[in-house]
Amino acid sequence: MQGIGFLKNIYSFYTEGFKNMTVGKTLWIIVLIKLFIMFGILKVFFFPNYLNEHFRDDAGKANHVRTELINKSK
Amino acid sequence: MELLLDASLINWSRAQFAMTAMYHWLFVPLTLGLGMIMSIMETFYVKTGKEEWKNAAKFWMTIFGINFAIGVATGIILEFEFGTNWSNYSWFVGDIFGAPLAIEGILAFFMEATFISIMFFGWKKVGKNFHLASTWLTTLGATISALWILVANAWMQYPTGMEFNPDTVRNEMVDFWSILFSPVAINKFFHTVISGWVLGALFVMGISCWFLLNKREKDFALKSIRVSAIFGLISSLLLLYTGDGSAYNVAQRQPMKLAAMEGLYEGKNGTGLIAIGILNPEKKSYNDTVPSYLYKVEIPKLLSFLGYRDANAFVPGLKDIIEGGYETPSGKALSFDEKRERGKVAIQALADYQYACQKKDTVSALMYKDELMKNYAYFGYGYLDHPQQLIPNLSLVFYPFHIMVFLGIYFIVLFAVVLILSYRKKIEHLGWLQWICLLTIPLGYVAGEAGWMVAEIGRQPWAIQDILPVQVAVSSISAESVRLTFFLFLILFTSLLIAEIGIMVKQIKKGPEAEKIEK
Repeated sequence: MQGIGFLKNIYSFYTEGFKNMTVGKTLWIIVLIKLFIMFGILKVFFFPNYLNEHFRDDAGKANHVRTELINKSK
Repeated sequence: MELLLDASLINWSRAQFAMTAMYHWLFVPLTLGLGMIMSIMETFYVKTGKEEWKNAAKFWMTIFGINFAIGVATGIILEFEFGTNWSNYSWFVGDIFGAPLAIEGILAFFMEATFISIMFFGWKKVGKNFHLASTWLTTLGATISALWILVANAWMQYPTGMEFNPDTVRNEMVDFWSILFSPVAINKFFHTVISGWVLGALFVMGISCWFLLNKREKDFALKSIRVSAIFGLISSLLLLYTGDGSAYNVAQRQPMKLAAMEGLYEGKNGTGLIAIGILNPEKKSYNDTVPSYLYKVEIPKLLSFLGYRDANAFVPGLKDIIEGGYETPSGKALSFDEKRERGKVAIQALADYQYACQKKDTVSALMYKDELMKNYAYFGYGYLDHPQQLIPNLSLVFYPFHIMVFLGIYFIVLFAVVLILSYRKKIEHLGWLQWICLLTIPLGYVAGEAGWMVAEIGRQPWAIQDILPVQVAVSSISAESVRLTFFLFLILFTSLLIAEIGIMVKQIKKGPEAEKIEK
């Protein structure tokens, strides 16, 4: 029971805190839009992990990088 | 044409990384600096019980919150770029980058996220001391966040505590503590964090002077000016001290960067420090006879003293580093040609090792691995064709270095003057000084960005000092895609910056009185 009371306190601490925010509301909107652009658009469509995209396992990635290291010296 | 495209890919990838890092660094130092000042002010409130300290702390806390919210996660974009644009590098550095960044994510981020809520929401919910502890822990969390990324950056400047594994093609961490406590990492951490403190102090002092210029919030402004001037003066003196440590580390471990910072082509014993100088744009090569400077004012023997703690020590110039032959603590310096030869041997050994492994020829594989390890310290030189490639862009290192140093000295003088006049109760009558303080705020940013330019452009061509040049670190992707994302980031970051400035100006105009009414 004590645990539930503690969780309730934490919940009301955050909900009241967010409710009473003035500047914070604008900031939260900006933060959410920013995170959506970063993770929902840029990361998904423009920033794939090159090695994960092209190679399935670590051995393939290591081989690719080794080949790059060797070939780029020629 | 192929070469042109390659150069374009490298340049766009570098430009994108530089732009992202520079924008990120607009937010971080103010978070670090304001964090300290608001924590100090709240400490005064808890000690004295005076409400004006509470209101002052809350006002600067709101500005801190705006800056924190807009800036948070902008650094993650750098990690996106590692995976896409710098995949060879990302793989090659292995867990040395991964471990510190993971620790940053788990420890510092959650520490900040927990205590920042108590700091903003908890004024009437928790006790004074618990709230104060949360404020300090928020500041500490932000500082620890900076620690891990700076440790990773320091490793790139001075790779240590790792061993290259030719099977995984990764540098594997063998000594976490030597990475964490490397002299470069320790000094870089303190120098960088303290530069944030100085910016925070300049910001608080400048904004407080704006209130005085507008004849508003006099008591609040004078209190804030006094706190920021004392904190700023102490911080800027510490910055001078850690700056000296940085120069010493550069002299010991990155002599080419030191030579570029000073535009020093030919070394000598008892080298002077260029106080003011104009580089000669006609000088195109390290071994032509064109004079290095159009104009210079030199402080005799100071560079030798700062770099080697000996006024008569030999400081190698660009030409010496390329031609080698001068004495170092570890023996005679190798020339560029000798290092390149060893680098080529190391790369060939890696190729031979791979071939031997494929043939299951264990004896040969061990022999090639041994050869690779013996020459690994020069691995990156094997990719360079011409000694000129070893020299970073001098103008982009020399001038930022001197701008940073001049601004650092100016900040010390400004903080000292403001502090004295503040104690003599004269500052509120000196409009010209208030204007100077206000106009100095952007110079704090200029100094910080200049410092990063010296650190990062000064180590070119290396992504990892002596081991991996940028042209090898870059992914084999199209330059067009990097160019496109460069402009996408430019738009995103500029929008964030405009939003930050807009919200901040609006909140500053409301003043600390607003803190009594709203959260």
